[in-house]
Amino acid sequence: MTGPAILLLLAGLGAIAWVSARTRALRLQTVARASGRRDAVHSLPGYHGWYVALWTLIPAAIFLAVWANVAPGLVTQSVLSDPAAQSLPADAFSRASVLGEARAIATGSQAGAFNPQSQALVEPYRTATTKYGVAGAVLALLLAFAGGAYAFTRVRPDFRARTRVERLVMGTLLVASLIAIITTLGIVASLLWESFRFFSMVNPVDFLFGLKWSPQSAAMGYGNEDAFGAVPLFWGTIFIGAIIAMVVAIPLGLMSAIYLTQYASPTVRKWMKPTLEMLAGVPTVVYGYFAALTIAPALRDFAVAIGIHGASSESALAAGLVMGVMIIPFVSSMADDSIAAVPQSMRDGSLAMGATTSETIRKVLIPAALPGVVGGVLLAVSRAIGETMIVVMAAGLAANLTANPFASVTTVTTQIVQLLTGDQEFDSAKTLAAFALGLVLFIVTLLLNIVALRVVKKYREAYE
Amino acid sequence: MTGASAPGRNPTDWKSDIMRKRIARRYAAERRFKAAGLFAVLLSAAFLAFLLITMMGNGLRGFTRTEIALKVDFPASPLLLDPGTITDEALNQANLPMVTGTVAKKALGGDADALLSPTAWVSIRDAIKADPAILSRTETISVPASTAIDLANKSEGSPEAEAQVARLKQQGVLSTGFNWSFLSASDGTDPTQVGIWGAFKGSLLTMLVTLALSFPIGVATALYLEEYARKNWLTDIIEVSINNLAAVPSIIFGLLGLSIFLNFLSLPRSAALVGGMTLALMTMPVIVIAGRNAIKSVPPSIRDAALGIGASPVQVVFHHVLPLALPGILTGTIIGMARALGETAPLLMIGMRAFIATPPGGVTDPATVLPVQIFLWSDEVSKGFVEKTSAAIIVLLAFLLAMNGLAIYLRNKFETRW
Repeated sequence: MTGPAILLLLAGLGAIAWVSARTRALRLQTVARASGRRDAVHSLPGYHGWYVALWTLIPAAIFLAVWANVAPGLVTQSVLSDPAAQSLPADAFSRASVLGEARAIATGSQAGAFNPQSQALVEPYRTATTKYGVAGAVLALLLAFAGGAYAFTRVRPDFRARTRVERLVMGTLLVASLIAIITTLGIVASLLWESFRFFSMVNPVDFLFGLKWSPQSAAMGYGNEDAFGAVPLFWGTIFIGAIIAMVVAIPLGLMSAIYLTQYASPTVRKWMKPTLEMLAGVPTVVYGYFAALTIAPALRDFAVAIGIHGASSESALAAGLVMGVMIIPFVSSMADDSIAAVPQSMRDGSLAMGATTSETIRKVLIPAALPGVVGGVLLAVSRAIGETMIVVMAAGLAANLTANPFASVTTVTTQIVQLLTGDQEFDSAKTLAAFALGLVLFIVTLLLNIVALRVVKKYREAYE
Repeated sequence: MTGASAPGRNPTDWKSDIMRKRIARRYAAERRFKAAGLFAVLLSAAFLAFLLITMMGNGLRGFTRTEIALKVDFPASPLLLDPGTITDEALNQANLPMVTGTVAKKALGGDADALLSPTAWVSIRDAIKADPAILSRTETISVPASTAIDLANKSEGSPEAEAQVARLKQQGVLSTGFNWSFLSASDGTDPTQVGIWGAFKGSLLTMLVTLALSFPIGVATALYLEEYARKNWLTDIIEVSINNLAAVPSIIFGLLGLSIFLNFLSLPRSAALVGGMTLALMTMPVIVIAGRNAIKSVPPSIRDAALGIGASPVQVVFHHVLPLALPGILTGTIIGMARALGETAPLLMIGMRAFIATPPGGVTDPATVLPVQIFLWSDEVSKGFVEKTSAAIIVLLAFLLAMNGLAIYLRNKFETRW
């Protein structure tokens, strides 16, 4: 019996259980009410229905989930005990390949056998699969009946079915909210585990402070020393994400926020604010393509025209400029919030002393809002250094340690993509290095976020 | 007034030259500051406009294709087909590609192979299928031109192709038509034959998985945290985790998907299932945060009223709070999904950058998604891919715009001010 058929059958059983339990509860309660035992009725009939339906479905579903993991092993075992399996090669690897081929033919995903031995095993495979499939289905249905019958006997007017069902709902909600913790733990665990394996091959000090990055040479067997120095990547990331992008985003974002909140008429504000926010909604792959196709060649031509040597068509400036534009709405909305949080009395006081609007903004509002603005900028930096597609498409792969914005630099995220795509064996230092880089990126963005949120929170409290 | 001022100090003469100049200077600074603000806003908007116009300029051409009107004299052609029995099988056995080549050489000259797209015979097959009667007469059929001709006709091609285009134009057989195959075909190696359907279907499947996972989990989490959770260490950890996940760079989720879903759980590589699961983890915090805000805005009086007439806490939430908060939750969900739809980096990590020439049939088949397709095409050397990349970007942006528009519409229509 196939999987979907069993699931459909179970769903049908659940529906039957719901209807019959609800009907029974309704009848029993009518009888109880008629006999004057009003207080003996607890839950609405529908809850009895749900209670029985859940007892029908959940044990069977759990069993099926377990069975789906156990059954393949049982099938393999029964195939191995078949007389046709006696002639199998002894070593585990070729045995597994023969078995895998037999399985592929049995399920129909492969037409013919490459190995004559596997052809002989196809028939035992089919029988075993059918046997265990039917066994699983029968057991699941039995469980469903048993669970449903047990719950059905408990349907009585005063049975607290609602409490039970609600307890399950609450449990589900709690489990759902634990997924966030599990995800965080999964991220930390996987990054730490793979990084740990990487650091058993490469000295962490060499990784964090080494000046030379050439994982290709390590992959070609020249040894891991001197190949995984990540400082050029860290510099490239900071240069593009924290310097060039911020030089673009901070003035433009801050001034846009000031203009839109302090000067612009409501109509202008109503139209321009969503327009600027569209900048944040454009997918990063579009920015990357735009940077690579339009901005980068223009910048290179410009650099060549004014006589700068070493201008690359994959310049740090192109990636940084476009990334800065992407970050503008982010800085702008943070600045907007923190300026709005400055008490009106401070603004009024300044204006009453005869200061012009711009003097009030520059000498009163901005200094008062500075912690919030700084917090926003830190969040923006953490966003920029974790950004991937723009730098993958517009920044280069050459790990240069240079301050020339027209030259090519590479970043942490670019290298992660570079190391993990294409042909790879998973256990080499080259692929594991990506996880070490990911760990560094994770820690840095986490710290930036914690500091930023703390700064913003402290400052909000100061004015509340 | 003079009496009130300090001895030895004259009152400020606001009309004096110095003060006039000073005020003029301050007002000039004010105007400059305001102009700087306006400049910043306009510059940002100009950049957006520049980006969109560039994409439009490059991409609209990607939706069209150059066609050559090919005069096919069916009775004289080496085609062995009986007009009475046109079946798919008969058409497949008729060796149409070869026949098309022969016919084209007769109509367009010896270099016809370089003029027509390798898929030109498909147009002839479809024409025969649509009307078998044409087999007994001479018919003019529009067939797609080759990539070189297409490029030379639209913008700038090799000198050789330019000359061929000039010749075809003189013969009056060149025309431009809407490129339907761009919407119905999948990835390929020849830019005139590629289409976005495969990637679009992959995106659709991935988004379905993402929605199916992140929406229930996100809403359940938001309900738990907002309505039931007591203030204790576990709740604190959950909240910190969610805020933290919302700020983690997307590529880290890709690393998680690679090491947990692919290497640990051995789920299929490049599949929409794994892509959807990875994006669901990214989207979930967005839904939780939007959901909590929506739930928070439902006034406590509604809960009190329901509790007061005997509803249980679960009934209060599922019968009253959740339906009232749903528009807000949906708005947040659509915005989160729009972000997931444009996401590329984590999907590269789990192998969705493979060359996939057939649309995926299910969530476990190898698939690619629109943004990754854009990334792959942007890496192609052939010049014909520039317009295809931009055209795919236009499609992606149109979808994002539609989703965000829907979110805004929902918010305006169902928003309740309590």
